[in-house]
Amino acid sequence: MLYTLLCYNKEDVVWSWSKEEDDAVMARLAVVHEKLVKEGKLGPSLRLLPTTAATTVRGPGLVIDGPFAETKEQLLGFYVIDVPDLEGALDVARQLSDANPTSTYEIRPIALYVPEARPNAPREVVKAY
Amino acid sequence: MTDMAWIHGAITAARPQAVGALLRYFRDMDRAEEAFQEASLRALKNWPQNGPPRDPTNWLILVGRNAALDGVRKDARNGPLPPDDVISDLDDVETPLAERLDDSQYRDDVLRLLFICCHPDLPATQQIALALRIVSGLTVAQIARAFLVSEAAMEQRITRAKQRIARAEVPFEAPGPADRAERLGVVAAMLYLLFNEGYSAGDDPVRAPLCDEAIRLARMLLRLFQTEPEIMGLAALMLLQQARLAARFDVDGEAVLLDDQDRSLWNASAIQEGLALVDKALRHNRPGPYQVQAAIAATHARAATAADTDWAGIDGLYLALERMQPSPVITLNRAVAVAKLHGPQAALDMIAPLEAQLGRYFPYFGARGAFLLQLGRNIEARTAFDRAIALADTPAQAAHIRQHLDRLLQDAG
Repeated sequence: MLYTLLCYNKEDVVWSWSKEEDDAVMARLAVVHEKLVKEGKLGPSLRLLPTTAATTVRGPGLVIDGPFAETKEQLLGFYVIDVPDLEGALDVARQLSDANPTSTYEIRPIALYVPEARPNAPREVVKAY
Repeated sequence: MTDMAWIHGAITAARPQAVGALLRYFRDMDRAEEAFQEASLRALKNWPQNGPPRDPTNWLILVGRNAALDGVRKDARNGPLPPDDVISDLDDVETPLAERLDDSQYRDDVLRLLFICCHPDLPATQQIALALRIVSGLTVAQIARAFLVSEAAMEQRITRAKQRIARAEVPFEAPGPADRAERLGVVAAMLYLLFNEGYSAGDDPVRAPLCDEAIRLARMLLRLFQTEPEIMGLAALMLLQQARLAARFDVDGEAVLLDDQDRSLWNASAIQEGLALVDKALRHNRPGPYQVQAAIAATHARAATAADTDWAGIDGLYLALERMQPSPVITLNRAVAVAKLHGPQAALDMIAPLEAQLGRYFPYFGARGAFLLQLGRNIEARTAFDRAIALADTPAQAAHIRQHLDRLLQDAG
């Protein structure tokens, strides 16, 4: 089974941590990450920049500032894409939105990205049902 | 299990909204502050036992309001309100109240609170001191240290500022779009000043955190006003400037020029965030001075090495800024880009007419000296550098110019 673990916290608190506080948390997490790598359990992981840096594409052509924050819909998954700037990201989001018009795509720049760390990780996992 | 550091962080984060809402109820700064203080004390007792509430800000507002009203009701022989641990921000009894605490009201509360601190009757230093005390919750002692004055002097300054704004009548009804835009502009200018206080202090451990506080407040404004390109620009500008902090000074604390900075020391995450905000802002097609300044900082941030810098782009951005805010200081900054593009003589010609206005401005003579030096006019360069040292505001500025002079003397010897 593959699971996605989504980390939630109050971002106004977390992004006010001093460098020392942030470093201390990241150091504690690094210990856990290392353990998970040894156990062959860790896939790609990343930390998002705050929602103030987010842009949302909703339906065809509608680009809005900020995150998608309605509680009626939940985060279903995420892509990691490599594009030069916001326009590039919007272009990809529009293509996805065209293909899947009822979904909403929030674009959040990534603060930290740790690529796949499992040895012999499969290139693609097809859903099992 | 609740981390005390998290609680302190949550109380600080909630402070602007909570004090802003309490100010709306009580229409009195001191009562609002006292009510928030009381709510914070109760949170420190209550949250470690019961876990933090779902919405800490609402909790602090409701508890602060109840605590203050409780005092009033006791006098009026009314029954006391329920204890804090029974209060839930989703409780039916509180629903009508919680409904009123909607986001749009929060926005105006926070904006009003910040706007009151920026009252035009107050000099800039008092605006900043008041905002740090009331909005950020710094102690008078902390603010006094940051402004290099005694605690008693700062206490007096803040008390006077409060008396002044108490007399000034700030309307409490929701502002219209024009008022809101004006308030936001005034508040943005104050945050910009706050950031500059920290930035000009360099790596001073007491003053440098003012930059982080300015960024924290700018992010808060961004959450409340998500579609304001100038607020995006302001936040981006601060993040992109602050990203260079570790590279701006060498081990001896001497300033390192942008050209000479070790770019691997730049904070990549702050740069990413700043660039994302510049991109977002530019899409609105409503340019403004903060966005242009952020775009200039972004151009530097995007250059992998100093030699890769897009000076033509920077020249164009300064030209745009000059049109928005004509100022000799902006022209002086543009001259640096012109020197890179068209050589030092063009830059020198460009700044020559500025001397009448910038005759007391240290960077003018620093730049003039540097251009003359590049042209090999060493004697004139020396005169300019001497003027710069005489006008320097800080020892670090003077020391920086002295490096140029020392090099000149070495070449002469």
